[in-house]
Amino acid sequence: MTRRVFIVNAALVATLTVGAASAQQVLINAGGATFPYPIYSKWFDEYHKKFSNIAINYASIGSGGGIAQVTAGTVDFGASDGPMTDAAIKEFQDKRGSAILHFPTVLGADVPTYNIPGVTASLNFTGEALAGIFLGKITKWNDPEIANANPGVKLPSNNIVVVHRSDNSGTTYIWTDYLSKASKDWEMKVGRGTGVNWPVGLGGKGNEGVSGSIQQTANSVGYVELAYAIQNKMTYGKVKNAAGEFVQASLASVTAAAAGMKEMPEDFRVSITNPPGKGVYPIASFTWLLIPSKISDPAKKKAIKDFLGWMLADGQKMTEALLYAPLPKAVVTKELKAIDKIQ
Amino acid sequence: MSVTAPTALPARPSGRASAFWHRLRSGDDIAYVITLTCALTILALAVLLVFELFRNSALPREKFGWSFLSGTTWDPVVGQYGALPFIYGTVVTSALALLMGIPLGVGAAIFLAELAPTKISNGLTFLIELLAAVPSVIFGLLGIFVLVPALVAIEPAIRAVLGWTPLFSGPFYGVSLFSAGVVLTVMIIPFIISISREVILAVPTEQREGALALGATKWETTWNVVLPFAKKGIMGSIFLALARSLGETMAVTMVIGNEPKIHESLFAPGYSIAAVIANNFAEASDSLEKGALIELGLVLFGLTIIINGLARVLVLSTTRKGAS
Amino acid sequence: MLSLTGVCTFLAVGTLLFVLGYLFFHGGTSLTWDFFTKLPTPVGESGGGMANALLGSAKLLLLASCIGIPIGFLGGVYLAEFGGSSFSFVVRYTTDLLNGVPSIVIGIFAYTLIVLPQGHFSTLSGGLALGVMMIPIAIRSSEDFLKAVPVSLREGAMALGASKAKTIFTVVIPAAKAGLITGIMLNVARVAGETAPLIFTAFGNRYWSPGWDQPTAALPVMIYTYAISPYPDWKQQAWSAGFVLLMLVLAINVFARMILSKRGHVAR
Repeated sequence: MTRRVFIVNAALVATLTVGAASAQQVLINAGGATFPYPIYSKWFDEYHKKFSNIAINYASIGSGGGIAQVTAGTVDFGASDGPMTDAAIKEFQDKRGSAILHFPTVLGADVPTYNIPGVTASLNFTGEALAGIFLGKITKWNDPEIANANPGVKLPSNNIVVVHRSDNSGTTYIWTDYLSKASKDWEMKVGRGTGVNWPVGLGGKGNEGVSGSIQQTANSVGYVELAYAIQNKMTYGKVKNAAGEFVQASLASVTAAAAGMKEMPEDFRVSITNPPGKGVYPIASFTWLLIPSKISDPAKKKAIKDFLGWMLADGQKMTEALLYAPLPKAVVTKELKAIDKIQ
Repeated sequence: MSVTAPTALPARPSGRASAFWHRLRSGDDIAYVITLTCALTILALAVLLVFELFRNSALPREKFGWSFLSGTTWDPVVGQYGALPFIYGTVVTSALALLMGIPLGVGAAIFLAELAPTKISNGLTFLIELLAAVPSVIFGLLGIFVLVPALVAIEPAIRAVLGWTPLFSGPFYGVSLFSAGVVLTVMIIPFIISISREVILAVPTEQREGALALGATKWETTWNVVLPFAKKGIMGSIFLALARSLGETMAVTMVIGNEPKIHESLFAPGYSIAAVIANNFAEASDSLEKGALIELGLVLFGLTIIINGLARVLVLSTTRKGAS
Repeated sequence: MLSLTGVCTFLAVGTLLFVLGYLFFHGGTSLTWDFFTKLPTPVGESGGGMANALLGSAKLLLLASCIGIPIGFLGGVYLAEFGGSSFSFVVRYTTDLLNGVPSIVIGIFAYTLIVLPQGHFSTLSGGLALGVMMIPIAIRSSEDFLKAVPVSLREGAMALGASKAKTIFTVVIPAAKAGLITGIMLNVARVAGETAPLIFTAFGNRYWSPGWDQPTAALPVMIYTYAISPYPDWKQQAWSAGFVLLMLVLAINVFARMILSKRGHVAR
């Protein structure tokens, strides 16, 4: 019996150890934000089809994971929905001995989604209304703050059930960043972050958990990513922007939010929630690739720089099909110049 | 080391590998040393784990000290962390899971071992063991999409029977401590059933026959003779089940509501230690939050020590002789 | 009272059949041959599969079993056969503690100990993390089943002049074989479905992962990534992967029982 076990084990180990990377194959490991995972996997796949010796392996371990792993050096580059803080950038500098560069790739947006029996229209929300709801100050659907923005819609007097994200995420960062700008009360009491101390509400894990909870619970409201809402045909509301218009999130209104930005800083770390301009959707954000400014392996360096160039040209054409908003032209031009910073 | 070999030995193939096996099989000392080493690895692993947990949670331990255990706020924005709501959620959901799982599991094990025909018993057990392989995330998805609506549907019935207790009061949104308890029950049952059944089957037939010969009914035999004989094994399976329920992450986080607050009612949402670590570790915004999550891991370890200790005391007090 | 046990079984088996049935209808019915042979494709493109994740899971489980089962089993032998009172008590207690550690903490532990010093993710670290998870379960279940062997068998062997070690390996273990195999299978099954430890160790891979030194895809991680995505196409693949994972465990179960028993099925 033992002999049989040994033989089978040896055979298994042998077969599973077979296989060697072909010559000149460049394998690059990357990890980070979950939000852009679908478009990134599309890009890396298409790039691999074009240049079959370059394989970029991206795993969605979360924005924080992306920052942590690129700082630890276990991945070649990272990705994050929120820009790195000054402290995190310094930590990278100390640990890896070079700077870390941010490269925006696509735009995403958060939308308010709800389940109110009898209401099928897309409701209008002001910033104050959303802040009030999530603070627990506005407790009924027919509250004047909501009703005044929606003349003609019959809102019930039921209690609002708030649903938010339980896991830390870039989606929460965008949402709380917006609420902090829309309401001083929110900024003081709760603030912005990938995870916050929510005053009220149930926590759902991931977009899945939030939308699942909303579907199952009458009179509920929560926030999910735009791509998610469109893919799952959810009802979502319009939000009032700084110019006073109620705008529905769409790829166009999201790109407009980035274009409406006055000054793009050199390091591309910027928040674009609640920007000025017409037709812009106020709850949007960039998502960034985090690339070290010094890459020692020449093959990997060339591959990454070439990929960035491709991403800013051909890659941008693929975003709309997957419901991501492409970068505005001004940002693309600036980024193409910044690629040279990678030594 | 000379060994008195019995006279009739099965024929063994010759060769160096088999000579080694021969020495191993007949050498008491070697067997002792090897097995002892393996047992020691467990201790080494545990010590190493606690050391790592301790080391990486230095930041929050310095900042909060013991008040971490009694704190009820979890606020990453201002850097205030407290463990009490998570301790509460972990204890309540595991208690629920055991309360529901032990009777179900042991009952089913008795049926499969004593009453069911062998082929059916083997087949069903085989399938039940498969349940242990279902990934946690699938239980989570089934939880959200199947269990929660089902519970929402039968909630009025539960409220009618048990609604007078504070345990079942308040609004019910589907995701709750109770839902998490039910999901955990389903996840721990395979361990209890499978191991208990094997142990019950291992009880020698003479014991059963002896009891029956004295005039006991089948049930009396099972309850008074077979089960006490199998008790240690069944207890072992329960400890395994308890351990699983304390450390379960994905499935729990999808149905527990993820609210770090303490409510009396089981219908209210809650949060468990394993769930909050799983939710927040990958995206933890800074070293303090990471440290706080690791400190929660340390707290869970401490909690497990206490709960296991209490369980053992319970077992000791109901056994006539010896520790488990 | 006995009929109550029947009710318990009915509930337990009913739940099980429901879960399996749901997985089958949602995942099994849309399985194609592509799933087993192709690499993953981006969302929206059909014809993708999880071949690399299947291989990855098989490798991880193999490594984990080679580490976890021997150490755990022999540790269980120690506790059951040689154990004194206080030392064994400590070991047993510690085993139960380790069993209760959330899998994500084990993953972080393996990350700190293996991935950081090595500087990269790898199949090796994933297998080690899973192996560490298997040890306590193996110790507990082996000890349970070995102890369940009646003392009379041991006494009989020793009366015939066998040494303690010989008694253990030629009498007690074969007598407990059915239970021991059950324990091993439960162990493998449980670890096969674990996601959290792999996120920080095996990392994931969209391509094939040769050898043991590179990141690798694994079924549970793919299931998790796809299930929480917004795309119906990917969610469908997640259910299929869940079904396939179950079938993989079933196959290991059957295969192992065939090899480890003399007569092709574990006799009772």
